[in-house]
Amino acid sequence: MSEEDFQHGGDRFPPTRRSVIEAVRSIDAEERQRALEALCVAYWKPVYKYVRWRWHRPADVAQDLTQGFFMELLERELLEKFDTKKSRLRTYLRVCVDSFVSNEDKAGRRQKRGGNVLHVALDFAGAEEELGATVMDPALIPSPESLEEFFEKEWVRSLFALAVEDLREMCVARERERTFHLFEAYDLEGSEKISYQQLSKEYGISMTDVTNALAWARREFRRIALERLRELCSTEEEFQREARAAFGWDAK
Amino acid sequence: MKFLSDKALERLRDGAETPDLAGTRYRLLERLARGGMGVVYAAEDGKLRRRVALKVLDVPGTDGDLANRLIREARVLAALEHPGIVPVHDVGTLADGRVFYTMKFVEGNRLDKYIETVASFPDRLRIFLRICDAVAFAHARGVLHRDLKPANIMVGPFGEVLVMDWGLAKILRGEVSSGAREADPEATVFEKPKQTNIAGDATEISVVTGHGTVMGTPGYMSPEQARGDVEHLDASSDIYSLGALLRFLLTGHPEIAPVPSGRRLDKSLAAICAKSTAAAPAERYPSVQQLALDVSRYLDGLAVGAHRESALEKAGRFYRRYRFFILLIAAYLVMRVAILLFIHR
Repeated sequence: MSEEDFQHGGDRFPPTRRSVIEAVRSIDAEERQRALEALCVAYWKPVYKYVRWRWHRPADVAQDLTQGFFMELLERELLEKFDTKKSRLRTYLRVCVDSFVSNEDKAGRRQKRGGNVLHVALDFAGAEEELGATVMDPALIPSPESLEEFFEKEWVRSLFALAVEDLREMCVARERERTFHLFEAYDLEGSEKISYQQLSKEYGISMTDVTNALAWARREFRRIALERLRELCSTEEEFQREARAAFGWDAK
Repeated sequence: MKFLSDKALERLRDGAETPDLAGTRYRLLERLARGGMGVVYAAEDGKLRRRVALKVLDVPGTDGDLANRLIREARVLAALEHPGIVPVHDVGTLADGRVFYTMKFVEGNRLDKYIETVASFPDRLRIFLRICDAVAFAHARGVLHRDLKPANIMVGPFGEVLVMDWGLAKILRGEVSSGAREADPEATVFEKPKQTNIAGDATEISVVTGHGTVMGTPGYMSPEQARGDVEHLDASSDIYSLGALLRFLLTGHPEIAPVPSGRRLDKSLAAICAKSTAAAPAERYPSVQQLALDVSRYLDGLAVGAHRESALEKAGRFYRRYRFFILLIAAYLVMRVAILLFIHR
């Protein structure tokens, strides 16, 4: 059997693109900016929630700190120091957030930042709502494990939410809205009461169609989430490790 | 953007684990087990209408270390056609980009569970000899298993013994197919430590060392394998594991431990275990066949090479081996004496 025989599904998985971490170290300022924005899209919510939860900052201060943190990443070239062999990106970012907030406290004022601007829409109101809906045990605060766990869970939530949004857009583009609605009703609402049979009745389609639609949506969700994750990882090993963590494959 | 509850995250994770078998001849039946590399499912081969075991990686891609290992494992299995080695049927990449292979669906029990129903030492030793057959065959084809332990041995409903999980196999030389050799990286493999219950408390570990990867199971792994001395591993490393396996079959522990009450481990068997698990590879049996031969000799009531017997032990073994004839002759002599005494009274 030749190596080509293993490339059956390869067309659906393009070769690893230049990762965000590599791009953020680029000498091209525009590429750096784009990479930072991609990083910001994936991590702003975990960072914001973390600042609110761990540092007990009011919403308006946390918003400012979140935006300031990502600008600081760019201005102080903090990602240059990140070594994938020594730690995971999200652990590194979390430590950087702690350091950033602590320094801001010491300075006693919010520092004026350079002329860089992030062109990322940050829905802080939405993040506040999510924070209210997130189940947290205050008794665990502030153990390091709980902080790490909180940040990781919010990172997974953010990654999956972005993948779900991509999936929704893809379904709309391909006129498969019904498929997304089925996926939303069964997998995202998380209601125990809904069955394939009920969905089949509600949408007037066969059970086989429900099964096929859900299988397709789950496959596409998985593919999109892994592609997004791959963009955030700089090596194949890191990607494998992060995928296992995000999907909980190590814990099962 | 939609907020995903914790429950939704769990559902998405569960849904994402299921492999995409679209375009293959297989239909998923049930999830059987999770290993270090991925998941094993029971699946139905639609063409041949038979049940197979499908082992699939979690993460897509054909060029990562894990993908290389899985492909290599399938090729090693394909090269080892033996009744004691689980046969592989198919290997490839699924539509979702994950590498998989299918193999015979083995019904039965893992060795550690199976021996709970096998009380007699001779029956356990016969199982051990069948394991030795399979491992000796692999060695003859230039393949080391490197992870022999009860959890990797299956015993079928008709007593068939199958050595499973060749994911850590090392190819020593050219008897196996070139495909299996090509993908034999002695490169560093990263794998998260995994907890596995073997006879209660053994733990599978992986530790990355400076010149190779330590992968295996404490208690069953040879000292040289535990040191990460990958380059110099040879058949004697598997012989160590077989010795630990033999000790497990006889005492319930891979390492020297008190024998369960009511049982006494024969000195010859203890010596065979000790010789197999000697710290220095040169002091172990030179081959699996030699180890198997000693166990066979024990079963036949003959002296074993691993143990120098005292005169008393020799007499005891002679008595055990020829007990029936000795008792018959003794009975005859007693009768003769009794008759003589009766006549001359």
